[in-house]
Amino acid sequence: MALLELQGVSIRTGAHMALRDVDFAIHRGEIVTVVGPNGSGKSTLLRSMIGAVTPVAGRITRTPGLRIGYVPQKLHIDPTLPISVDRFLSLPQRVPRAIRDTALERAGVPDLAGRQMAALSGGQLQRVLLARAILNAPDLLLLDEATQGLDQPGSAAFYRRIEEVRDEIGCAVLMVSHELHVVMSASDRVICLNGHVCCEGHPEVVASAPEYRALFGTGTGGALALYRHEHDHAHDHDETCAPSHAHEAAE
Amino acid sequence: MSLLDDFLLRAVLAGLGVALAAAPLGCFVVWRRMAYFGDATAHASILGVALALAFSASPFLGALIVALAMAGTVTALSGKGLAVDTMLGVLAHSALAFGLVAVSLIEGVRIDLMSYLFGDILAVGRGDLGIIWGGAALVIGLMLWRWQALLTATMSEELAWAAGVNPRREQIVLTLALALVVAVAIKVVGVLLIAAMLIIPAAAARPLSSTPEQMVALASLAGAGAVLGGVQLALVLDSPTGPTIVCAAALIFAASSLTALLRGGRA
Repeated sequence: MALLELQGVSIRTGAHMALRDVDFAIHRGEIVTVVGPNGSGKSTLLRSMIGAVTPVAGRITRTPGLRIGYVPQKLHIDPTLPISVDRFLSLPQRVPRAIRDTALERAGVPDLAGRQMAALSGGQLQRVLLARAILNAPDLLLLDEATQGLDQPGSAAFYRRIEEVRDEIGCAVLMVSHELHVVMSASDRVICLNGHVCCEGHPEVVASAPEYRALFGTGTGGALALYRHEHDHAHDHDETCAPSHAHEAAE
Repeated sequence: MSLLDDFLLRAVLAGLGVALAAAPLGCFVVWRRMAYFGDATAHASILGVALALAFSASPFLGALIVALAMAGTVTALSGKGLAVDTMLGVLAHSALAFGLVAVSLIEGVRIDLMSYLFGDILAVGRGDLGIIWGGAALVIGLMLWRWQALLTATMSEELAWAAGVNPRREQIVLTLALALVVAVAIKVVGVLLIAAMLIIPAAAARPLSSTPEQMVALASLAGAGAVLGGVQLALVLDSPTGPTIVCAAALIFAASSLTALLRGGRA
């Protein structure tokens, strides 16, 4: 049984239909990556999973007692709010010190407990957000463009850390990213989103293959597009997908 | 001169009640950048006072209802159309203007407009004191009860959702608390200076705090100090008490900022 399943989900944000008729399921232990151009509904998809937006149609089913860890795209902490990393980890539930320390260690930042949140660097903040997301040993870890603002070695290290965390606590991971080259080699499944699910399939490390470069463009330096589209299955959205890939290749 | 003079004791107790309720709420107003929101809600309450007088109802009740309506309207409208500060500017000043006109139109009732604009803490009666402390206790209770959830929702709406906290519900809690503080503070500092009692003590506490709880505690101290100092100073200077309390708070803020500056710490 899936940890979390979306059936025919449509979501409206304002006057705009952000997602149309999306079917999606994620199972225990899987790493799934969602890619798509800006405005393709990637964040909306994650927001629907944590209950922040309600679908206008369709159904979201969570396995009973599902624990979700969520790493937001960014966290702005108002400088008028004094709060240490330790205190931040105890929101909204108070968490014993041993558990906080373990989470910080797993996230790779064991020494930050006493620091003020506002004083952290971008990379440190992302690690602390990861620590917070894995505090309660989640079944499902959601990451929304979690490496925004990190340089390439920084994001690569962050994603290696995610894989280790997955191996340690056995959670499923769903991440949204535009950094195809860094993310996908770790993914079991890749979903291409553009208002609806265009296509999904298994990624492969095919760094030098020119046909994949054509799909994901030169933005990655031409060497690192790792995702192979599997268009051999029946798919009635291919035509609507094509322009978005062209768009992405142009980026 | 002694604090045991009955009207003075009542004045000080009323001021302390407002300061203690305003401290935790004021911290949220500062953290969430709701300063204009507080202003708008407070200014609107004069309309409530006018309506209450017209219908011979309690000014507390009138102020509470209009403050709630105002806060609710702002919350509902925010994010739709106009920029929030523009919208708050329109609503706050219109509500104040309508309130002032409404007060002037009430026939047969002679009311002292100044006492509602700047407060009349020395005229606080036993009944007023009951209402002020009742309201303050309610606000402090709400803050204690929702503290962790409020703090989570303030850090990030999405983290709140993910942790099972509905940030919209916490927003309603804050709105309710704000309306309560406005209603009980009118008598003490008046509608024009209520926002000052929310923001200045919290701002004074910030440079000396390293946790949210510390900031609330220090804001309570700063607010209480401003009330005690302000009432004393008003007696000496024979100045209006409400504005003098706010002056005292501003001096405490200046002192705290200066201390932080001299220590080279967070400012």
